[in-house]
Amino acid sequence: MVSQEMTLAGALNASLRRALEDDPKVRISGEDVGRLGGVFRVTDGLQKDFGETRVSDSPLAESGIVGTAIGLALRGYRPVVEIQFDGFVFPAFNQIVTQLAKMHARSLGKVRLPVVVRIPYGGGIGAIEHHSESPEAYFMHTAGLKVVSPATAEDGYWMLRQAIQSDDPVIFFEPKRRYWDKAPVDTSVAPAPLHKARVVRPGTDATLVTYGPTVRVGLEAAAAAAEDGTSLEVVDLRSLSPLDFGTVRASVEKTGRLVVVHEAPVFVGPGAEIAARVQEQCFYHLEAPVLRVGGFHAPYPPSRLEDDYLPGLDRVLDSVDQVLAY
Amino acid sequence: MGAKDLVDEPELVQLLSPEGRRIDHPRYSLDIGPDALRGLYRDMVLTRRFDAEAVTLQRQGELGLWASLLGQEAAQIGSGRATRPDDYVFPCYREHGVAWTRGVDPLKLLGMFRGVNHGGWDPNENNFHLYTIVIGPPLLHAAGYAMGVLADGADTAVLSYFGDGASSQGDVAEAFTFASVHNAPVVFFCQNNQWAISTPTERQTRVPIHRRAAGWGFPGVRVDGNDVLACLAVTRDALERARSGQGPMLIEALTYRMGAHATSDDPTRYREDAERREWEAKDPILRLERHLTQEGHADDAFYAEVAEEGERLARRIREGVRAMPDPDSAAMFRHVYADGHELVEEEQKRFADYQASFEEGN
Repeated sequence: MVSQEMTLAGALNASLRRALEDDPKVRISGEDVGRLGGVFRVTDGLQKDFGETRVSDSPLAESGIVGTAIGLALRGYRPVVEIQFDGFVFPAFNQIVTQLAKMHARSLGKVRLPVVVRIPYGGGIGAIEHHSESPEAYFMHTAGLKVVSPATAEDGYWMLRQAIQSDDPVIFFEPKRRYWDKAPVDTSVAPAPLHKARVVRPGTDATLVTYGPTVRVGLEAAAAAAEDGTSLEVVDLRSLSPLDFGTVRASVEKTGRLVVVHEAPVFVGPGAEIAARVQEQCFYHLEAPVLRVGGFHAPYPPSRLEDDYLPGLDRVLDSVDQVLAY
Repeated sequence: MGAKDLVDEPELVQLLSPEGRRIDHPRYSLDIGPDALRGLYRDMVLTRRFDAEAVTLQRQGELGLWASLLGQEAAQIGSGRATRPDDYVFPCYREHGVAWTRGVDPLKLLGMFRGVNHGGWDPNENNFHLYTIVIGPPLLHAAGYAMGVLADGADTAVLSYFGDGASSQGDVAEAFTFASVHNAPVVFFCQNNQWAISTPTERQTRVPIHRRAAGWGFPGVRVDGNDVLACLAVTRDALERARSGQGPMLIEALTYRMGAHATSDDPTRYREDAERREWEAKDPILRLERHLTQEGHADDAFYAEVAEEGERLARRIREGVRAMPDPDSAAMFRHVYADGHELVEEEQKRFADYQASFEEGN
């Protein structure tokens, strides 16, 4: 076992380094990913060690970053591109939705596009507009894309490696406020398949389903609830498309109560799909309505207000109290 | 005031006049024998015959839609015949003539217009990519592909088609940027057919499209798009230039969309028939026919033989389209993902069960 302490950003960097070493077809591009090493330093040192052809600073054009990645994939490469911030993905939305997602089907399976689009996402870092958003639902809604988000350094390392090896396009959401969280990373063996959810804390009274930046919030809520004698089970989805609904169902059948937590707006957010499926498939196990805690139907607020907007410990525990009241 | 009033009309590369006379050009000379000339004529006639058959098949209800290339045969055959087999071509959706030069069976082009698939050919078989209905994106795919060629150290060139309408798309500007800063071996070929559905080129640009290349630091040239020899010579030169490491180039082929935008369109609502008649006099096939006859390279027997070959092609297309089977309903779930997806499998199974519930009742 080769285990070492890493930040999430460091683990992602190690994962990219390993992918570049293992496969000469892997190419990294994006804004400022080369000489600077990315605004979050996730690609730090890679251009120095692998050269400007393999780790390439892009013109400041997101549609071009994704569009040329598609062209490179058609030529046999495995591009990993970085969108600098969540709110900057929209100029590339057309390329992702009309081309990247659909070309495999359009070609009746003749063309494969193993492209990874890395997107730092979510709030909590005191940033200006367009730097704190959670746009994952747009991509979950699009057939042809796979969508994942690691919550820990070890998942960051392995899920990125698995995403790069995938023959399908993967939208890889990185919880930016967790970039600096340190945890042990075992680089000798993958902990789980890419699209499998994980019960990160077992419990019996209610289930918290979450992913990405709010897994830590969920674990903190479970610890706080335990002090009051309430046992919460916390599920980290890890993959949003496909969704490992089996793990969610097993947990809800056990606890009978569910709260879904994410930073994305709750209206038509990932939690809406989970709630709909739970009532379809776990109807007779439910003891309470499914509740969702997340962003509001308002633009992401100025950062002085983001603690109110983000689903924090208190709002999560308030919803837990509501489902336990039934 | 249109673009023409703002700048001097630039040089138009022309090697064959509308009257069928060869014109010398200091840069773009073309040494071409009678066999090759007859070959280009045959390509254009067969492409036009195929295209006319597709329009008829749409009128008969066999196709849902067709985008006719009528009038653009020279631009497509000339540029397409300039490519080598290892070159890679990115079309938009009207490049039936280019597909012909790449060896794609015309019947395969019709599947998407009949509604049985979204792209019925293997792009890797002829290095001819699938038609792309959203017109900006393929230029970036071409730029990226060319960046890959560069990294491979190959001497392949990439040819990317777009139109005067697409020239307004942001992706086209971004493709020029990526191709330029990487010095990628890609040739952007704009068929300026004067109309983007009902919108004339004057509403897309205030300067001739080929002049935009200067802003990106690569050459742009305007060619008579109804002159198959000029299109061949200029594209061949541009592809060779790309191959030899001199980077991208923009070609603007001035041509005219003689037909409707697509079979659902009615051009009488927005343009004068006089304009169409003016372009009829510059017909790409007629001028090569005049040249072949004047030079004694072809006789009535040759023209009759090509026409007969066109009828045979039309018959094969007609019968092939009518025999094209509808896909089974499971087809929509196939190839959504390369590595599978739990939800797709679940929905496919549920829908199959639903369908089977009716069969059991019979």
